[in-house]
Amino acid sequence: MIHSLFLINASGDIFLEKHWKSVVSRSVCDYFFEAQERATEPENVPPVIPTPHHYLISVLRHHIYFVAVIQSEVPPLFVIEFLHRVVDTFQDYFGVCTEAAIKDNVVVVYELLEEMLDNGFPLATESNILKELIKPPTILRTMVNTITGSTNVGEQLPTGQLSVVPWRRTGVKYTNNEAYFDVVEEIDAIIDKSGSTITAEIQGVIDACVKLTGMPDLTLSFMNPRLLDDVSFHPCVRFKRWEAERILSFIPPDGNFRLLSYHVSSQNLVAIPVYVKHNITFREGSSQGRFDLTLGPKQTMGKAVESVLVSSQLPRGVLNANLNPSQGTYTFDPVTKLLTWDVGKINPQKLPSLKGTMSLQAGASKPDENPTINIQFKIQQMAISGLKVNRLDMYGEKYKPFKGIKYMTKAGKFQICPYNTPFTGFSLTVLTNQIHVFR
Amino acid sequence: MSTGVSYNDQGGAEAAVEAGQESTPTSSSTGAAFGLFSADFKKNEDLKEMLESNKESLKLEAMKRIVGLIAKGKSASELFPAVVKNVASKNIELKKLVYVYLVRYAEKQQDLALLSISTFQRALKDPNQFIRASALRVLSSIRVPIIVPIMMLAIKEAAADLSPYVRKTSAHAIQKLYSLDPDQKEQLIEVIEKLLKDKSTLVAGSVVMAFEEVCPDRIDLIHKNYRKLCNLLVDVEEWGQVVIISMLTRYARTQFTSPWTEVRGAEFDENKAFYDSDSEEKKDQTEAKPYIMDPDHRLLLRNTKPLLQSRNTAVVMAVAQLYWHLAPKHEVSIVTKSLVRLLRSHREVQYIVLQNIATMSIQRKGMFEPFIKSFYVRSTDATHIKTLKLEILTNLANEANISTILREFQTYVKSQDKAFAAATIQAIGRCATNISEVTDTCLNGLVLLLSNRDETVVAESIVVIKKLLQTQPTQHGDIIKHMAKLFDNVTVPMARASILWLMGEYCEKVPKIAPDVLRKMAKTFTAEEDIVKLQTVNLAAKLYLTNSKQTKLLTQYILNLGKYDQNYDIRDRTRFIRQLIVPNEKSGALSKYARRILLAPKPAPGLESAFKDRDRYQLGTLSHSLNLKATGYQELPDWPAVAPDQSVRNVEISAPIVGKTKQPKSDKFYSDDEDEKEEEGSDSSGSGSEDSSSSSEGLFLSVRFKHCLFPQNDSKKPTFRTSGISLFYMSFQVTTSSFGPLKTYELLHHMTGKGLSAKYHFPRQPCLYQPSMVAVQVILTNSSDHALEEIHIGDQSPASLNIHCFNTIERLEPGASVTVSMGIDFSDSTQAANFQLCTKEDQFSVSIQPAVGELLMASTMTEQDFCKEQGKLQGMNEASATITMATANASRQAINKQVLSVANVGEVPSSQNNFSRFAGQTVSSRALVLVSLELSESSGALLTINTEKSVMASMLLQDLKQALAQA
Repeated sequence: MIHSLFLINASGDIFLEKHWKSVVSRSVCDYFFEAQERATEPENVPPVIPTPHHYLISVLRHHIYFVAVIQSEVPPLFVIEFLHRVVDTFQDYFGVCTEAAIKDNVVVVYELLEEMLDNGFPLATESNILKELIKPPTILRTMVNTITGSTNVGEQLPTGQLSVVPWRRTGVKYTNNEAYFDVVEEIDAIIDKSGSTITAEIQGVIDACVKLTGMPDLTLSFMNPRLLDDVSFHPCVRFKRWEAERILSFIPPDGNFRLLSYHVSSQNLVAIPVYVKHNITFREGSSQGRFDLTLGPKQTMGKAVESVLVSSQLPRGVLNANLNPSQGTYTFDPVTKLLTWDVGKINPQKLPSLKGTMSLQAGASKPDENPTINIQFKIQQMAISGLKVNRLDMYGEKYKPFKGIKYMTKAGKFQICPYNTPFTGFSLTVLTNQIHVFR
Repeated sequence: MSTGVSYNDQGGAEAAVEAGQESTPTSSSTGAAFGLFSADFKKNEDLKEMLESNKESLKLEAMKRIVGLIAKGKSASELFPAVVKNVASKNIELKKLVYVYLVRYAEKQQDLALLSISTFQRALKDPNQFIRASALRVLSSIRVPIIVPIMMLAIKEAAADLSPYVRKTSAHAIQKLYSLDPDQKEQLIEVIEKLLKDKSTLVAGSVVMAFEEVCPDRIDLIHKNYRKLCNLLVDVEEWGQVVIISMLTRYARTQFTSPWTEVRGAEFDENKAFYDSDSEEKKDQTEAKPYIMDPDHRLLLRNTKPLLQSRNTAVVMAVAQLYWHLAPKHEVSIVTKSLVRLLRSHREVQYIVLQNIATMSIQRKGMFEPFIKSFYVRSTDATHIKTLKLEILTNLANEANISTILREFQTYVKSQDKAFAAATIQAIGRCATNISEVTDTCLNGLVLLLSNRDETVVAESIVVIKKLLQTQPTQHGDIIKHMAKLFDNVTVPMARASILWLMGEYCEKVPKIAPDVLRKMAKTFTAEEDIVKLQTVNLAAKLYLTNSKQTKLLTQYILNLGKYDQNYDIRDRTRFIRQLIVPNEKSGALSKYARRILLAPKPAPGLESAFKDRDRYQLGTLSHSLNLKATGYQELPDWPAVAPDQSVRNVEISAPIVGKTKQPKSDKFYSDDEDEKEEEGSDSSGSGSEDSSSSSEGLFLSVRFKHCLFPQNDSKKPTFRTSGISLFYMSFQVTTSSFGPLKTYELLHHMTGKGLSAKYHFPRQPCLYQPSMVAVQVILTNSSDHALEEIHIGDQSPASLNIHCFNTIERLEPGASVTVSMGIDFSDSTQAANFQLCTKEDQFSVSIQPAVGELLMASTMTEQDFCKEQGKLQGMNEASATITMATANASRQAINKQVLSVANVGEVPSSQNNFSRFAGQTVSSRALVLVSLELSESSGALLTINTEKSVMASMLLQDLKQALAQA
């Protein structure tokens, strides 16, 4: 399936290569570089590139292209999913997945890749198992290894791969047994100028950090499981139990993992926790534009909206902005025309606002587009969909674990779009006016 | 080394830098671990010494550096002899690194590599399964043809190993050996056949992978393992799931008949025939040869469905394509939600999923229409994602949503990303041709864009307008004139050429402007692009034919310029045109027809989706993604006309797991004998075959009984066939009106249910589980002489039906009864909810069909509100009839009682004596239902029902009419 892997950095150097079958010359990457040149942005490189003898499937993460070389038909998502899994594993091992981190740990990287694929087919991709085979590097271990000459390859051979729960290692022991669950929701929304929602949906995940001794069997139930009609599970979750009872029943992997991700679609009603009033105007013939933007909370159930960051790509014609924030700080980059305003926390008594003028290029015509406004924020202790965990029970082990749950709501792709005119068609009177202009 | 050379070719400077780093002690790229050893960081010569030293740590250090070299793509092959000596090292990490090296270079140093073989052969006998497995892994990865017999032997032994992990490794080794020596195919197939029988989930994925690589055409090897693979699927690791699902998709296409013929009628039944699903069902059943899905086909569909919730996007996509290619048309839509969910994943995942959705949305708009907002473009999307979303939006456009889509498009046109803006204009053009209602609007919109500041936008608009005008050239003289005026400002060649073509084609509509444009072109001809020149020649020729008085000289001038053009295409065209239009003694018969040739009515170009013919490739494949046949792509075979023998899948001694999960279909008495046999076979592991045969006997009896009961009513027979229980349901519906407000219906008779009987009624309370559900209470009674265990709800149909099941009842003693509540979302239709009521031993298909009145819930409102709402629901939304009332129903109480017995509505206090009003809402969509009854002098009355749900209104009218006419 996957023949070879090349890692390419932002400047186009191949800094790592690994082959699982016979060696493929790295000149195959020339086809990739060609495609890269054609693309205007790094993201625009097509993920699947055909070459005369091979196919290149690539993912871009952390400014590194992971290019897999394929020789014959394979579902492209299979490869893409695997490459992302590789990146996740690197991140898990080294904390970051950068060129420097990979180069520093090139031996571990090689060992990992060797275990993850056999003859191009995934062998061990579960983090629990990999960690038993190859211990993640820590500063202490590196020191010890260099002095004593010991290794970071597991002395004992993994048992997990053979058990009925291949995602969990055996013989886990903790003195403090604890299980934490984070419910994190992101709102993706497009809101029009008048404040009405064009689309809004919630992407939620439940991330778990489970440090429990032995083989605990957990069940997690919700107050309102019907919210979760579009979910995807970690392989440990028992499908049948969920379908019959809407209860999550699972033997967890050890450590951190994503238990569940869910999607509350645009067909449901989504509460929008902030509103924006903005008025950005340019006048024909004038070299000044007015900028006026106010933020306020709504539907937050009394929770504070924090870490608010407003950003907007102003039109090209804007030379500079002279604005006055009621709180926080703003920056305007005259090269990229990116305006960012770090608002901080919204105080409902005194709404934050950003007002002032923008200077335009003299003589340039009035910019024809209004900027889109992107907003980021965080709300602690609240899941905006209203999802609530009811209880967590543990079976199979005797001790009493410490349990904790945390909720958080964040903005995902949260955009205020500058238009609110419904499509009325273009009337013919306008057309005749246009013709008039041309005369 | 070829790799080394190519590396130097690409970045000589880089390589020099790297080389420099190696020789200097301050290497940044090798990091902290080596930092401490930086003193001995010299040329590669010292590596050899290190490897030959006695110190383990030095050897390890050397190997780490060598791996670093390999990773960078540099050659380290000259160290082979020194490295290979360490293959038997006790240090696990050292050993592993030596393995990495061996696998990389063994091909180049075959003789030396043989030195290591004996080590592996020894390790293959190790008591530790992991050592055995890893030895096999490395041994099979060394691509040295001499050791093929050794590999073959090792694979055969490992395939019989006790450890499933070793067997899994042997499945991988099969593929490696096959690629090394394809002559071993026959022997390898034997091993595959053996491993396919393996019951371990660990092995299943890998062996199917080997099957796909080595002998994908040997479908006969799958037969006996088909059911096992289906049942194991959920527990196989995710990567194996993908491979198994795609293999089973192909298998099913060769073994089962198409489920699609049956549903031809049911396709539109979704919209049209919600309320008379009974008649629809009858129609399907009375077709010459009713389609019955092979139970194995159903097994595959059922067992893959839960995997739609996998976190692995490849698994979800694999299930989606399986449903697309195998499921009955009306079931395919269950994959929609999961596919849309994948759009939240990484950019690359989005790209592939969107491509597949684009193909699907051409054939099945309805699947994705409810999710249209998920395809709205975000400014942060990459260009290829944007284009794909645009494609899908265009495919989904119809009369109903076109205005919203056009509004979206309007914002996209203003995008900074000009390539995307241009693609949007193309999309508007496609919408305009596909949906005739908006053609004019779109055209006007595009004309407006002609005054856009951006040139690419203008140019693209011109090209699209040209195509649109061609489809309906009448009365668009204005636009052509407008474009002529733009001509001086447009510089994009394609756009200029399009304008010229339009001028020529419709020169009669713009008789004054066209010659003037030609005059301008004559001036600039030499400076134009080739495509513009060709169109200029065209325009000249057409004008010469229609208006030779004004343009004769101009044409000749242009033809002369063209004659000496540098491009031979233009020279050729000029020569041809001259011969065609200018009469001279040499020109033959052709010039007589010049006018008919040049000014022939031309068919309009079709604006079609780029994904139109992608469906020739299986969805989710690389070939589909690239729209070209990839190496090793296997065509998805078409359904066979006649299903091959089903019995080939029967397994003599069925595995216990089959018995456990196997659930007989509702139509099992009509399936073949083989199937029956299989059923018994699997049962034998549980309750014994005697029991199961008696059960089918009992059911046969009930079928016969039904036929006696309604011998003359031929049209209804098919209904009974599918669900034995509907008989009882039917008999009750006739007598319903005689009961009080709380009517009880029979769900399962104790004769049919082998002692289990079930009745149900509608408590008319809001449902606890979901507001859109209708609450149903079921009373289960055990009339047999033994306790019944594990009473629960099994399969449901239609698949889209949303039922909240009751919790499993562990045990019901003889004579005891228990009341449980369920919620069913009927979506405001009287379509029956079919499901299976299961006990530990048996399954009974039952169905609940609600009377239309039970789909309502009472609402309270004042008389004024009632009249106001009624005023809004006039015309189409009103159904009324004059009815004759039974004399007993004259009083208001009597009327209330009768109405409330039929429908769950609330009485509205009335100020007029001869008026009775009732209000309700449909449970699912909350549509208002207003009932009013106006009594006249005699026993007659006018019954009026106002609601948006017109079908419901007429059904309710019938029911009320019947109830009020009865005493």
